[in-house]
Amino acid sequence: MIEISNITKRFGAVTAVDDVSFSVGHGEVLGFLGPNGAGKSTTMKMVTGFLRPDQGTIRIGGVDIAASPVEVKRWIGYLPEGAPLYGEMTTRGFLRFIAGMHGFRGADAEGRIADVMEKVSLESVMEMPIETLSKGFKRRVGLAQAILHDPRILILDEPTDGLDPNQKHEVRSLIKGMSAEKVIILSTHILEEVDAVCTRAMIIANGRIVSDGTPEELLCRSRLHNALRLSLAICDLDETTVGRVVETLRSLPEVSQAEVSSQSDGTLELLALPAGPKPLAGPVSAAAHANGWHVTGLHVERGRLDDVFRAMTTD
Amino acid sequence: MANVRTICMRELAGYFGTPIAYVFLAIFVFLSGIFAFYIGGFFDGGQADLRAFFQFHPWLYLFLIPALAMRLWAEERRAGTIELLFTLPVTMFQAVMGKFLAAWIFTAIALALTFPLWITVNYLGDPDNGVILASYLGSLLMAGAFLAIGSCISALTRNQVIAFVVSGVVGLGFVLSGFPLVLELVDAIAPSIVVDTVRSFSFLTHFQAISKGVLQASDIIYFVSLIVFWLFVNAVAIEWRKAA
Ligand SMILES: Nc1ncnc2c1ncn2[C@@H]1O[C@H](COP(=O)(O)OP(=O)(O)O)[C@@H](O)[C@H]1O
Ligand SMILES: [Mg+2]
Repeated sequence: MIEISNITKRFGAVTAVDDVSFSVGHGEVLGFLGPNGAGKSTTMKMVTGFLRPDQGTIRIGGVDIAASPVEVKRWIGYLPEGAPLYGEMTTRGFLRFIAGMHGFRGADAEGRIADVMEKVSLESVMEMPIETLSKGFKRRVGLAQAILHDPRILILDEPTDGLDPNQKHEVRSLIKGMSAEKVIILSTHILEEVDAVCTRAMIIANGRIVSDGTPEELLCRSRLHNALRLSLAICDLDETTVGRVVETLRSLPEVSQAEVSSQSDGTLELLALPAGPKPLAGPVSAAAHANGWHVTGLHVERGRLDDVFRAMTTD
Repeated sequence: MANVRTICMRELAGYFGTPIAYVFLAIFVFLSGIFAFYIGGFFDGGQADLRAFFQFHPWLYLFLIPALAMRLWAEERRAGTIELLFTLPVTMFQAVMGKFLAAWIFTAIALALTFPLWITVNYLGDPDNGVILASYLGSLLMAGAFLAIGSCISALTRNQVIAFVVSGVVGLGFVLSGFPLVLELVDAIAPSIVVDTVRSFSFLTHFQAISKGVLQASDIIYFVSLIVFWLFVNAVAIEWRKAA
């Protein structure tokens, strides 16, 4: 659906997007991850046809956006970063304008407005000037204008940024609800968001793609992937006991490393990292049993996205 | 064309949605009256016409039109809505035209609201209504040229105040180049062909020609080509500085 080949965009001396290529197909929800200034927004601005790449081509549904920008823009719904809106207009007036720009008139336009109004719950603010709305409502108006024409492609630049946890949850549910029938690209700083809504995650740093895969694949790269957290109840916690437990764990062939993550009155918490793909839970519980440890907790880590993120975006 | 209309209507509604529009209309009509009646010596002239009223228009437009045009693009930049606008299925031409037309229609409304003056002169005397009509047309054309300049300059900044000041200054250049004092100055330092060129670029020269009641193609073409030129630069400026 979207094919991006070797696009580059420079702002003066800064290369915001550096020879980036990827494609996105139906049913995919692609999350752009990356630190501030990585080039996420610039990439999106080029895909939506707002900015022209200095080099490279963008084809959407097989059509080159540089050749037929207006045609391609009909298929795209876009929520720019910060959801800019015409503040002096009422929600209804604004959505009428957007409908008009997409060529919907009369009852057709009103029907679509009523549709999105319900979808993103705007009923209560339809007659209010947009500038008087709360951040959450403004974001929803932004989403409403992006989906009003039922586009095949949705591009959302930080759709949940600055929202409270409930609003974040609402917006994510909305996105998930639409993911089956659309191609969606969104950007975010929030790593759990990728896990929650994306089928594919792309880490961008310094204008380049440094990783591209499913959120699961990303998690596998985490140091903590399949690591085991173990809590033991031990009455007399002393250096030697702790040392012995750690040593025992380290001696297991499946464990590459074991360390104490915390120790307090009667409780010892340990972290064991795997040596290979074999699960740790079995051998570790066997060892616990053999040594008569009193296990109060055993938890397998999926890995931490921020771990992976930091490793890939700093150097 | 539907897009031009949709953008134009949004922009017009924007004008009327703020008190500034009504303040503008009030000031325009009020100042027109002041100049026609007092400064222009409407009663002393012993002659019922609207010459004084129209003579004053270039100076009135000098600061009123930049006030109308300043928000056209600078505000889109400041609010970031320019990104919204140009990711809708719209061409640059449609967007520039829609906004320009909105401001022009607004000016036409302001001009139309001075009709009591026209009724008054007809009541007081027997003016040449053909001349008055031509003057109205000339004034509207000149306003269009001022607006095109203002719209273009508004596209270069996100600060409306800067847009206002700069378009005022550029407009002043176009007015002053026909002002006798300036022309004498140019005459003193440059050959007469330069003087003629400078004069031919002036709003004053062409507007005065039209407001004598002679609608010459050359004067109309002058204003229309100025509008086209500045709107073209306007489009180029937006494209060039879109990301900024
Ligand atoms: N209009 C612009 N003018 C100059 N530099 C820009 C402009 N837009 C973005 N940049 C630069 O390009 C880089 C990428 O920015 P951006 O795409 O906004 O990153 P992200 O969205 O990932 O935070 C940054 O270094 C930023 O400063
Ligand atoms: Mg960004």
